Amino acid sequence: MAVIDQSKIRNFCIVAHIDHGKSTLADRIIEKTGLLTSREMQAQVLDNMELERERGITIKAQSVRTVYRAQDGEEYIFNLIDTPGHVDFNYEVSRSLAACDGAILVVDAAQGIEAQTLANVYLALDHNLDVFPVINKIDLPSAEPQRVIEEIEDVIGIEAQEAPLISAKNGIGIEEVLEQIVTKIPAPTGNPDNPLQALIFDSLYDPYKGVIIFCRIMEGTVKKGTVIRMMATGAKEEVVEVGYFGAGQFIPCEELSAGMVGYITASIKNVKDTAVGDTVTDANRPCAEPLPGYKKVQSMVYCGMYPADGAKYPDLRDALEKLQLNDASLNYEPETSVALGFGFRCGFLGLLHLEIIQERLEREYNLDLVTTAPGVIYKVHKLNGEVIELTNPSNLPDPSEIDYMEEPIVSAEIMVTSEFIGSIMELCQERRGRYLGMEYIEGTRALLKYELPLNEIIYDFFDALKSRSRGYASFDYDIKGYEQSSLVKLDILINREEVDALSFIVHADSAYERGRKMCEKLKDEIPRHLFEIPIQAAVGGKIIARETVKAMRKDVLAKCYGGDITRKKKLLEKQKEGKKRMRQIGNVEIPQKAFMSVLKLDDRK
Amino acid sequence: MKIEKKELELYFHIPFCVKKCNYCDFLSAPCTREQQEAYMGALFAELEGRAAEYQDYTVVSVFIGGGTPSIIPEAGIAKLLRIVKEEYDLQENAEITIEVNPGTVDREKLQNYYQAGVNRLSIGLQSAENRELQTLGRIHTYEQFLDTYSLARELGFTNINVDVMSALPGQDLDSYRNTLYRVLNLQPMPEHISAYSLIVEEGTVFAKWEAEGKLDLPDEDSERHMYEETGRILETAGYHRYEISNYSLEGMECRHNCGYWTRKSYVGFGIGAASLVENIRFRNTDELKWYIENPLGCREELQVLSVEEQMEETMFLGLRMTAGVSCEAFQAYFGKSLKQVYGEVIDKNLETGLLRFKENEKGSYLQLTEKGLDVSNYVMSQFLFD
Repeated sequence: MAVIDQSKIRNFCIVAHIDHGKSTLADRIIEKTGLLTSREMQAQVLDNMELERERGITIKAQSVRTVYRAQDGEEYIFNLIDTPGHVDFNYEVSRSLAACDGAILVVDAAQGIEAQTLANVYLALDHNLDVFPVINKIDLPSAEPQRVIEEIEDVIGIEAQEAPLISAKNGIGIEEVLEQIVTKIPAPTGNPDNPLQALIFDSLYDPYKGVIIFCRIMEGTVKKGTVIRMMATGAKEEVVEVGYFGAGQFIPCEELSAGMVGYITASIKNVKDTAVGDTVTDANRPCAEPLPGYKKVQSMVYCGMYPADGAKYPDLRDALEKLQLNDASLNYEPETSVALGFGFRCGFLGLLHLEIIQERLEREYNLDLVTTAPGVIYKVHKLNGEVIELTNPSNLPDPSEIDYMEEPIVSAEIMVTSEFIGSIMELCQERRGRYLGMEYIEGTRALLKYELPLNEIIYDFFDALKSRSRGYASFDYDIKGYEQSSLVKLDILINREEVDALSFIVHADSAYERGRKMCEKLKDEIPRHLFEIPIQAAVGGKIIARETVKAMRKDVLAKCYGGDITRKKKLLEKQKEGKKRMRQIGNVEIPQKAFMSVLKLDDRK
Repeated sequence: MKIEKKELELYFHIPFCVKKCNYCDFLSAPCTREQQEAYMGALFAELEGRAAEYQDYTVVSVFIGGGTPSIIPEAGIAKLLRIVKEEYDLQENAEITIEVNPGTVDREKLQNYYQAGVNRLSIGLQSAENRELQTLGRIHTYEQFLDTYSLARELGFTNINVDVMSALPGQDLDSYRNTLYRVLNLQPMPEHISAYSLIVEEGTVFAKWEAEGKLDLPDEDSERHMYEETGRILETAGYHRYEISNYSLEGMECRHNCGYWTRKSYVGFGIGAASLVENIRFRNTDELKWYIENPLGCREELQVLSVEEQMEETMFLGLRMTAGVSCEAFQAYFGKSLKQVYGEVIDKNLETGLLRFKENEKGSYLQLTEKGLDVSNYVMSQFLFD
């Protein structure tokens, strides 16, 4: 195989706000560079997407290599690294960007710049990537390419007059994009003879090959037989195979050298050994130091997951084990709840990540789950100097032992049209937001900057934002750090028994309000029993709210169905079936969905 | 040696009415004269065609229900009963009931019923308040009911049921009491009173109104009061509650309905009619057209009941009757005692005071308590197996 000329390689990614056409442009690039005919395009890429759709949202970085014959007559190798687009996966995104030399910024010709546009473009600029803009969807009737070009120049400060005006959907202007990839994105640098230094930007577990490492070779060369070492995790293995990414398949090759993007397999059993952001080096001839920017992925959101049917506990454990093989950011450890029995406390990057895992457990592993209210990690400083990282509210030490508590804070940027500024500011205020400032972007849109406690945005902040801005607000955040806060544990007592799975940590000022709403909600969720059931919310043993589920006085079919017994039996069966899905707490039966009800407390419009 | 014949009940479904009531979810609709005639023809054919199937049985009761059977010309009803007499072994003192609605019968019709062998009338009054009748979408007034009732007595009917309903839109405790008192003041008093509580069923006009917030139903407290008053008032007047919603004077229980609760064999004729014969359940099609074309070939949903299903039915049907389920009969039929099969459920409900054992001259019975009757579904559902 001929040695690849480094100057003919372009490693790039596409950054965009959600729905601005990133994936469609990626598809067009693959198609136009002749990797696939349009018929194969249908057959292969779309099949792939169907699989993804089944699995919910793409959380893995994808990568593809294509060859483009440019107008200068030369052939260029394009490595397109597709990154996950959600704020939960910011760290993964940043590692993918670090593997690139440039980025295409896609902006919707009608909508212009959005919060994620900014967040992603700044992230790209932070990584010293050369960014060139593309205006997409120019065939929309509401397209205003000129306005968007000015907006890009004013707000982001990058040159945009030469931005290709395209419609990725209809294949307009794609050639210009391909040419600009050649002219505007720099070729990689790095010396193939230096000691190996490669960046892991993703990895996945394959049952046959073991872990497959996705990497960008910064310096040196790797080939079959090289003994590699992950510098952060210390894992060491001999390389079995190296290769690059075809469309939806792995294509083995001789070697990967500086500037190239590809994969390495080395019969590694666990993705945990190949942490995203880690540096791969040659164990026998290591590089002097790892690439910068590695950090251990930290779960931000925790919740309890329990099998609805207690007997399925081993199934849940097996399923989590399998998912973790492929998702190093998923954490779990066994826990027990008085109310829910045996289950796991699971840690996630964010709420979306939680939802994806939950959905995969339910759909791919056919498990029926009860999930407790998600919470963040609180730092509990005890009077004896000990600091506890609290992930399960039930483990909160006695208040008399606590000196103070801290909670995670995020810096948030919200882009919104001016008519909704008031209601969005009100929302941030309600969620204990600290106003940092506002920048106007042209006349009608503003970028609001807030600091918000993470636990105020993990439930339904995004939904509330959308509903209060008729879908127009966009939002992005970054973890800023921990701050001291006045937090309390809110307990729920049902028929005077504390239900551990319903406890949650809340700011002291919102405890009363949340307690009241929680009681109201539970009152609606818990069916009547033969006796009256008090539902109480308590903080530190003091009752702050109460509702009562009245005793059942009537449950009778006072109607004659004549001989139609089947109908009556169906009714009784439904009733019995309903009871089966309940959890017994003392002598009260609680429907499983009641445990999720804390998620839906904020029904204000 | 003469073999004792098995008992059988017959049900005839007449799916026609003048106008569908606002709360009704039974299989019934207004129709043309031609449809009626075609339907009756099919019904005769089904009845005649099945006679051979049931020659080993003695018919102990006949019930003609609907819909409003009384809108059918009386000759049709007479013909039905004639076929029963001629082709089936009808017991001499069989109970023969027809449902009638005030406003659809006159002297001649009632007289013809009587002559045809009908010996029990079930009159749908529902309420003695015309305002409430109107909301229900009934086609008659209280006064029309009075006419029908006195005519029936005059013509010699000595077994009459009156249907009343509680928890109606716009009804309050006083107006409900008034309905009950007016029924009790009839001369002579009806032998039987069915007192139902309104259930808003899906697909009815009431369900639509409820969804639109236009249905003024009594609140839970008044609804409960009405329910409690039913028992108190009727029992004071000398009726006894023998089933969740049914009250009668001594010895005047509806034998046909008791057959349902005790799982006697019964055959339903006409569309949508359900049957239970020797532990096999089935029903006729709901499709009028299909039935008229194939009155003998439209049985559906055939289900052979397993022993467990038979036990479940024995319990949830038997407990509807205040007398309850006979322990001896259960043991004799299933070869296992009630306690063996349902010990845990029974103990739990004895403890919460929803069930009790009662001894009488006929043996030991498991029955719902007063409190248990109020929440009977809750209790009955526990008798279903997992």
